[in-house]
Amino acid sequence: MYTEKVMDHFEHPRNVGEIENASGTGTVGNAKCGDIMRIYLDIDDDQIIRDVKFKTFGCGAAVATSSMATELIKGKSVQEAMAVTNKAVCEALDGLPPVKVHCSLLAEEAIHAALWDYATKHGIEISGLQKPKSDIGEEEVEEDY
Amino acid sequence: MWHDTDVIRKAVAIMKRTIYLDNAATTKVHPLVVEAMLPYFTEHYGNPSSIYGLAAPAKQGIEEARATIAGALGAKTQDIYFTGGGSEADNWAIKASAEFMASRGKHIITSKIEHHAVLHTCEYLEGKGYEVTYLDVDENGLVRLEDLRGAIRPDTILISIMFANNEIGTIQPIGEIGEIAKSHGILFHTDAVQAFGHVPIDVDALHIDMLSASGHKINGPKGVGFLFIRTGVKIRSFIHGGAQERKRRAGTENVPGIVGFGKATELAMATMGERSAKEIAMRDYLISRILHEVPFVRLNGDPVKRLPNNVNVAFRFIEGESLLIKLDFAGICGSSGSACTSGSLDPSHVLLAIGLPHEIAHGSLRLTLSEENTMEDMDYVVGQIKEIVAYLRGMSPLYEDYAKKHPEKIG
Repeated sequence: MYTEKVMDHFEHPRNVGEIENASGTGTVGNAKCGDIMRIYLDIDDDQIIRDVKFKTFGCGAAVATSSMATELIKGKSVQEAMAVTNKAVCEALDGLPPVKVHCSLLAEEAIHAALWDYATKHGIEISGLQKPKSDIGEEEVEEDY
Repeated sequence: MWHDTDVIRKAVAIMKRTIYLDNAATTKVHPLVVEAMLPYFTEHYGNPSSIYGLAAPAKQGIEEARATIAGALGAKTQDIYFTGGGSEADNWAIKASAEFMASRGKHIITSKIEHHAVLHTCEYLEGKGYEVTYLDVDENGLVRLEDLRGAIRPDTILISIMFANNEIGTIQPIGEIGEIAKSHGILFHTDAVQAFGHVPIDVDALHIDMLSASGHKINGPKGVGFLFIRTGVKIRSFIHGGAQERKRRAGTENVPGIVGFGKATELAMATMGERSAKEIAMRDYLISRILHEVPFVRLNGDPVKRLPNNVNVAFRFIEGESLLIKLDFAGICGSSGSACTSGSLDPSHVLLAIGLPHEIAHGSLRLTLSEENTMEDMDYVVGQIKEIVAYLRGMSPLYEDYAKKHPEKIG
């Protein structure tokens, strides 16, 4: 059901991890729906994305799109990162099954959320960037295991 | 040099190891079943309805299978009607009896954790003016008898409760449900697709009026099932046409399939005691090791009133499809109730009905064993699960947040 590229990025995800004191962090998605993506950006003074890491709770497509999205923006300027759309992520993975296309949308939103965090923290305006919907609906489950 | 090749060969064998733990989805056809079926493709290919001698063995093969299956249920041979599978049997039982009894009433009682073959059929009937009560279940997936009694109305015509659940393996109190139905004069149908051939069933002792089962869940072929309809139960035909199956289910019989189903039933009944003892030992070992060795995990379904081969657990902070793909890389075939594996945004209706929050239901894993598995397989599976769950948690933002909030709880 998945392309070879999707399986490759799922099996060997690029840029998994956290960045301490990241320039910007964005978390999108919803545990209820089964997808949460978090992207960490390390951006230098020239607004170049020096490093990027991600963490994802979700299906194979969610992991693969996060991985591909980080690859597409690494080393790019924040403005270039803005141009990375869900379509671009999809295409770079040689396509996704129709029911999984929303995962690529989540990847785009995660990048935007991290850029927004960076822009607000640093008082920078990035053209075309809008405030992300903060929809991480994680309720604390107080159940003992 | 030979040594090296040996090592490589062994490594390849280990790498290609496949452990099939999805027997609730389907099973491997038993070689003796295949052997029993083969002559009916090329030698006894006559149409059972035909008059000449060539057709006689086909007719006989069907009748022998019918008798074997009836014997397995303590039913009359004539009460077994072959169908194209379990879903057809469920559809037939519910739609045709509802239609027949519409003048008496239009209320049906079922549960929230039925298979979709029952649930979607009930929803279809709701669109036709019927009313359906979907009973809640307790946290282990059991229907509460007091709820059932409370749901019965003067216009209730049918109770349909599954024998055992396909996801969490919970076995319902079928005898008590049958008793309640009988005392109210209501028809009782049970979807026994997961139970038939796995646990003892006596349709008389359990007061079952109709029962659905399927061939491919007991090492038989796919595309064949049956509906038991107790003599005297009046329901309409579902597939109209020829006079096959006592004029109640038209269509030229799937002779090899029916013969195979009969053989599979014979084998399943002969081995049930020993097989379930072996499966229960592996099941309980697997459950116990997972619960003790993986943090933040829970068992879904009743620990005791449970199918011998069913394991269903939910791991917090991870998602089921990722887990399944990683397990597949390790040669392990399982299934999950996560949304991503269901093709919708909602996780399994069964897991939600037993009270699991969405985010935990997404992390469920069902492993259904067979007698071909070994304890060594169970050890390998536990090892892989521990590794994969830890890996996926390592990349889960939910786990990261939890760990930061509750550092004391992270080992």
